[in-house]
Amino acid sequence: MTARAPREKRDPLARKKLCHVSPGQRSRAMHAMAARAAMGRFVLQTCTDCGTATYPPRDACPKCWGELVWSDQDNGATVLCKTMIRVSTDLYFRDHLPWRMGKVTLDAGPVALVHLHDALEAGERAEIRLMLDRGGNAALFALRPGERQAMNDPQWREFVVPVQGRTVLVSDARSAIGRAVVEALHRAGAPLVIAGLPGPAPASDVTDALFGLDGVQAVPLDITDSVSIAEAISKIAGPLDIVINTARHVRGGGVSARGNLVEQRRAMEVSALGLMRLAQACTPLLAGRPSGAFVDVLSAHALSGDSQFAGLAAAEAARFSLLQSFRHEMRAAGVRVLSVFTGPTDDQDHQAVPSPKVAPGRLAAEIVDALANGREQTCVGEIAADAMERWLSDPLLYAREKNL
Amino acid sequence: MNRSRAAYDGVVVCAPVTVPYRRFSPEPAHWWAGRAMRALRDATGFGPADFDGFCFSSFSAGPDTAVGLTQHLGLSPRWLDHLPTGGASGVMALRRAARAVQCGDADIVACVAADTNQIDSFRHSLATFSRFSQDAVYPYGFGGPNATFALITDAYMREFGVTREDFGKLCVAQRANAMSNPLALQRRTLTLDAYMSARAIADPVHLFDCVMPCAGAEAFVVTTPEIATERGLPGARIMATIERHNAFPDDSVQLRGGWAMDIDSLWGMAGIGPSDVDTLQVYDDYPVIVAMQIADLGFAEKGKVADFIRNTSFGIDGDLPLNTNGGQLSAGQAGAAGGFQNVTEGLRQILRQPLGQQVPDAEIAAISGFGLVNYDRGVCTAAAILEARQ
Amino acid sequence: MSSINPTLASLVGEIADGRISVVDLTNTLSTDFPVIVLPSEFGQCEPFRMETVSRYDGDGPAWYWNNISMNEHTGTHFDAPAHWITGRDVVNGTVDAVSPKDFVHPAVVIDISAEAAANEDFIVTRPFLEAWEKANGAILPRHWILLRSNWSRRVGTLSYLNLRDDGAHSPGPDADAMRFLVLERDCVGLGVETVGTDAGQAAHFDEPLPAHSVLHGNGRFGLQCLTNLDQLPTFGAVIVATPLKIKGGSGSPLRVVALIGRPH
Repeated sequence: MTARAPREKRDPLARKKLCHVSPGQRSRAMHAMAARAAMGRFVLQTCTDCGTATYPPRDACPKCWGELVWSDQDNGATVLCKTMIRVSTDLYFRDHLPWRMGKVTLDAGPVALVHLHDALEAGERAEIRLMLDRGGNAALFALRPGERQAMNDPQWREFVVPVQGRTVLVSDARSAIGRAVVEALHRAGAPLVIAGLPGPAPASDVTDALFGLDGVQAVPLDITDSVSIAEAISKIAGPLDIVINTARHVRGGGVSARGNLVEQRRAMEVSALGLMRLAQACTPLLAGRPSGAFVDVLSAHALSGDSQFAGLAAAEAARFSLLQSFRHEMRAAGVRVLSVFTGPTDDQDHQAVPSPKVAPGRLAAEIVDALANGREQTCVGEIAADAMERWLSDPLLYAREKNL
Repeated sequence: MNRSRAAYDGVVVCAPVTVPYRRFSPEPAHWWAGRAMRALRDATGFGPADFDGFCFSSFSAGPDTAVGLTQHLGLSPRWLDHLPTGGASGVMALRRAARAVQCGDADIVACVAADTNQIDSFRHSLATFSRFSQDAVYPYGFGGPNATFALITDAYMREFGVTREDFGKLCVAQRANAMSNPLALQRRTLTLDAYMSARAIADPVHLFDCVMPCAGAEAFVVTTPEIATERGLPGARIMATIERHNAFPDDSVQLRGGWAMDIDSLWGMAGIGPSDVDTLQVYDDYPVIVAMQIADLGFAEKGKVADFIRNTSFGIDGDLPLNTNGGQLSAGQAGAAGGFQNVTEGLRQILRQPLGQQVPDAEIAAISGFGLVNYDRGVCTAAAILEARQ
Repeated sequence: MSSINPTLASLVGEIADGRISVVDLTNTLSTDFPVIVLPSEFGQCEPFRMETVSRYDGDGPAWYWNNISMNEHTGTHFDAPAHWITGRDVVNGTVDAVSPKDFVHPAVVIDISAEAAANEDFIVTRPFLEAWEKANGAILPRHWILLRSNWSRRVGTLSYLNLRDDGAHSPGPDADAMRFLVLERDCVGLGVETVGTDAGQAAHFDEPLPAHSVLHGNGRFGLQCLTNLDQLPTFGAVIVATPLKIKGGSGSPLRVVALIGRPH
């Protein structure tokens, strides 16, 4: 078990430190790079005519004016030169000075300015990670070769969501997914995990070993009820850093056939309106935090209608849509909004679904990993990854295939 | 292609003017441009109806360009140009206006650069300076040009064995030159010790490697020898010019500029060599760029710029009088006017109209511009050789 | 000329001067008030939900109001005969058709609090009722039968629903007891403090869910989630229970009050 960093304490007389966000204006091509960075990919534009890789993002190949497409690239690089910025006019960077940056030659060809790990020097080999900065834009970060993370580097921590020392709220800790998430966060060193428990509450809640862990606090929480959310949040004495929305209502059924309106409405209440209620209640708390994050676990059904789970798919599609809007709203506050897509999970909701299914423990581990890498979009399990790939390549075909 | 270039016959450059700089100004760029036109009128007697050519350079006149300035300043030119090229704009204005006058498209061209500097305007102009900067430079610590040139300086020092002391020698010399210039914003003595012990801004760039942004305007006139003579205006002829953009795009770090591509054309057209130059006015946003121009323009032997700096004196009465008004490093960087300062100061020295101390027997001035960090390097380079007209 | 019936005049007079007291038997309708939980293959009862429309703000500067939603059987509520399959053919069996005369009836309060405290699954049987009559007197016809279990004291704790792996645990009647009350004592209905008229484990009885089955099959009513039954006398209280007039409704949340006169 990881050592547990204590929760943050503040001088009550000190003015609250404002959280600024890194500068945000970008070109359309750079936003396209960010959309891929969100998935944890390392991409550059390459020319369909001459194959040249280019950076910064352009709208024409500088060698032959050919068409540029995004492609995954080798992320090796060599450091050319470096500097330590000690003066900046930007409010965000002023809060984080000095700032180490440098220039590298990417193995793929172009040179790039990068955020530089504090141990890298000119002439050394590096691995470049395509990250999202505090403002949600694509940024290159040079790590030492083979290094997955650099949690001891304060600059790296600006690009990820540390769990150590942070307070996390799990919206539905009653489900198998929710339980696994609470446990994983606790193991990852979160000093306080608030485990939300929607009703109906069995008598065994009080003797449940998971909720009895030191650093885990169970509270009644039903995201279909604004009052319940407000009361749960009122019980968090201190800052709230991360919200993980694990709530959902999985029931089968079609649109015309077996379409149970009560269940589908409930699915919509949880997936869509529940997300809104939770977001509205948590945003003021998250926005004041240095690495605030909102993680939403959503079904791969969100990508397309499914006649077997029509109501769930619709509710999750609504949730997906809301999440995109929410992410945009949160950029200005520097709060990272993470989507974790999952295929059918190995739980009582998916007894009728054949393998492969995602073990709740694996989903929880992927959530912790997504936070540690600041990844906005993650697909957990083969089904979700396959769904995303097909949807990205041909959404119309995917909608047909899925309902054959 | 080896086509010979036409000489700049029938062209005179005259009337260098400087509107005294201010650290901050509440006035917009248009006000500064107006002051520059008034100074040109005072120097030449030309009024709004007389100028039939107008060339304008500014970063802070937005949303206006040269177009808006014509109406704003009451001009009706038959030749108009707008230069967004910052530090290279002075030489570029000179070249363009010269060809216009030479070919008869204009008779009297006002070349004007004007920029204001309001509190916090530097930060805002940085944020939207260029697409590549916005996408791929400023998000990396928002160090502005300091960070970009820190990277270049870091690589340059290692490549050519130039030390901080060498850069310090350039900065100290320019400060000494500034002390006779009453318009220079920084005229306090700078010692090498003070230079060396200054605080770091973006390693290895330290405080005295950085220019001070300010408000100001610079201008000059390009016209025909006949008109200049008629008005009794002392002037200079253009011996040669060069211009290049995005040179050596495959160099991973900018260790040389466009001058290196065109150096033979420059000296070939001028018919002289670097040793014939009486004063050198180079763009000096950072001393590394001063060193780069000294090297790329052939003043120093290839690869031996460090030795050249160590063995040369750069004072007004030195071996190579360099940036004799103090340069931007001491006089201040008034936006695009910083790219005109080299032209106006070079002209003044050879026309014997110095703001401060006169370079003894100055007849030939070499002028070099460098502008626009679009991504990781300055994109625009230009140079000119001027000779006093007898 | 206005005149008031002397009985009514006396009633309101005695309420006003306190000789007749009004006891509220209703639990507060709040979002966290538990609702009955059925096995997950069945549709579930919606809890009470409230979203503010405006509160002296931009959405309504001078007024405060909420949208509310719930099941017909959420909070303190009334079960109409049509709630159960046995009552599907009862004439006027839906909540909008219940005769207004049935809104006011006297009540008999049967105290099972000691038994329920000793045994969460306490079953009210016919022998128990017969013994109770011997000790307390006969149950009169056209009365509400109110089971005082003190279960309302558990509201706000997990022991109210008392859900365990094998389902809910709470007291209630068996089928013989229900037939005795309905067919032999002609009760108006059964009122309880628990979330259902049936015992928590009543789905597993030989005759499952007998309270619902017998009551509604015979056109009788149910009242659930009552409170303050400990303030009522064994005999003599009058219950006022007026369900919402929901078209074709199976039940309704409502305010239930008891009128208690001082002994003469």
